[in-house]
Amino acid sequence: MTGFSLTRVAAVMIKEFKQLTRDRLTYAMMLAVPVVQLLLFGYAINSEPRHLPTALLVQEDSVFARSIVAALKNSAYFDLVAQARSPAELDEMVRRGEVQFAITVPGDFTRRLVRGERAQVLVEADAADPSATGPAVAALAALPSQALARDLKGALAPAVGKAPFEVVVHRRYNPEAITAYNIVPGLLGIILSMTLVMMTALSVTREAERGTMESLLATPVEPIEVMAGKLAPYVAVGLVQTAIILLLARFLFDVPMVGGWLGLSLGVALFIVGSLALGFLMSTVARTQLQAMQMSMFYILPSILLSGFMFPFRGMPAWAQAIGEIVPVTHFLRVVRGALLKGQGTSDMWRELAALLAFACVVTALAMARYRRTLD
Amino acid sequence: MTLAIDVRGLSKSFGDKHVVQDVNLKVEEGRICGFLGPNGSGKTTTLRMLCGLLTPDSGQGTALGLDIIGQANLIKRRTGYMTQRFSLYEDLTIEENLQFSARVHELDRRKERVDKALERLGLLERRRQLAGSLSGGWKQRLALAAATLHEPRLLLLDEPTAGVDPKARRTFWDEIHALSAEGLTVLVSTHYMDEAERCHEIAYISYGRLIARGTADEVIAAAGLVTFNGEGAGIDRLAGEIAALPGVDMAAPFGQSLHVSGTDRAALEAALAPYRRAPFRWEEVQPSLEDVFIRLMETSQDNFR
Repeated sequence: MTGFSLTRVAAVMIKEFKQLTRDRLTYAMMLAVPVVQLLLFGYAINSEPRHLPTALLVQEDSVFARSIVAALKNSAYFDLVAQARSPAELDEMVRRGEVQFAITVPGDFTRRLVRGERAQVLVEADAADPSATGPAVAALAALPSQALARDLKGALAPAVGKAPFEVVVHRRYNPEAITAYNIVPGLLGIILSMTLVMMTALSVTREAERGTMESLLATPVEPIEVMAGKLAPYVAVGLVQTAIILLLARFLFDVPMVGGWLGLSLGVALFIVGSLALGFLMSTVARTQLQAMQMSMFYILPSILLSGFMFPFRGMPAWAQAIGEIVPVTHFLRVVRGALLKGQGTSDMWRELAALLAFACVVTALAMARYRRTLD
Repeated sequence: MTLAIDVRGLSKSFGDKHVVQDVNLKVEEGRICGFLGPNGSGKTTTLRMLCGLLTPDSGQGTALGLDIIGQANLIKRRTGYMTQRFSLYEDLTIEENLQFSARVHELDRRKERVDKALERLGLLERRRQLAGSLSGGWKQRLALAAATLHEPRLLLLDEPTAGVDPKARRTFWDEIHALSAEGLTVLVSTHYMDEAERCHEIAYISYGRLIARGTADEVIAAAGLVTFNGEGAGIDRLAGEIAALPGVDMAAPFGQSLHVSGTDRAALEAALAPYRRAPFRWEEVQPSLEDVFIRLMETSQDNFR
């Protein structure tokens, strides 16, 4: 009777296997998750982003300017999406995050080029996320020697080994390319998602699992009252977490905080409520706490990988960007980074705030529709 | 007379399982009605439909004069429901559980009511103890206190004393009777015969159908059962043998004695005749509620098949 019995091992093994197959959701997740995630993330993640949106301000109409623009177009890194009419407009586009690069060909370019007076092309890069701009900036190094090779002949041909003009790169918002400046504000979104979604997802399924839901439903309490009452304590938790993360970001990582406090506060409030409501929604679907945990994990992965937190958003293929746009964290990250690193005001980030508001409202409505006031 | 519960044709299925079929139930105000039936007979489902936790598929009726379908929320305010499984918060203290109950019902004078309930329970000193650390009997008394804190007019109890020791059960039932004396109507499901006998009246449900109704004596009389009690050394070992005889519906050993019942007196007498010898002594007895219920269970099962 003592010792090691294969029959007893088999007894436990068979029981485990049967229980596993009986829990359909777990079963489905075990099979679907690796496939979905491998395909999704394997194709979507790209640490060398190309085709970055670029705005152009050409202040002179010349053969040389056209050649430079053509050379930029030919490189895979820059997609010319806008023509600015003034430096102010160009600046605005970068600050709002509409473009990653702003390239200016100044009005005296040709004159200086012809006279051999250090002609310059100015490239402003939104370097809030250093990894998004790095490879493209590196590619710019080859521009001066190649772009005008065909135009500059005879008398204009430059001395051997000397570039005809130079490219001046301004890395804005994070000139020293410190990764922490980008990652730490992003972590705010990830940490809030991980903790808040899971906490509320567990809070309702716990009631169902422990049987306390039956008593709760037998009282006159209304669904919206349950939800409000359950979320309120976690709103406080979320706010405390935000404060801690921001303080550590400031004093431990020296993350610059330029401003945009109103937009940031609105974003944080909407994101906390939305995340909590999402957890609540999950708990109306999940039957057990384990399932609720699995669902929140399923939500966290795209939040980390497709939101632009870990890999440059613009580096992903269009379809993955479309999925990323659905992930609420994506919009929250833009708000946090925009406010802290760029000092964006609410007028610059209203689209992201609107997306977060829509997220909170839709998820709350779905949760209310799903929440059952009976045991049917 | 006013009816606290008056429902007709109540039915409910889950999937293809017809859990409650066409149940009619009337309970007068201020009465304690015992709700009996085998496991899975639909008692819990019926109680849940009465307090708005489940929506009946068909049927209609009122609880406390309120429509059980349209006015479930009003019924919830006036009804106390105690679940079969302990469903208060184990990680809250006794006092906190009662406070939650008081708030969720928007009661006034909350502190006073909670203190009064704690005093009534005799738990004033242990008010800060976690509910999860209470023994089974205390948990049930706490659950009862929580279910009655808002002074409901109807109390629905789902096997409130399952797994509770006899003394705690007696205390519990004393409280039920005290509440009933104050005018509360109680519908209580149970498997215990002694508890059934403590009720003013009994409703017996089996396979989703209500099959007996009345006071304990009425239910016993209506069953038309004849029961003999046999005594003598070794008689309990004859249970299987006697139960198989024609005319005997059931034979159940009770310690040293044997209860033999049947509906046909002549056939039963004939079946027992060979056993009327020393050391066995037989006498006719009033059938117990349990005899009647086992009989009801068996016949209704047959009907169902």
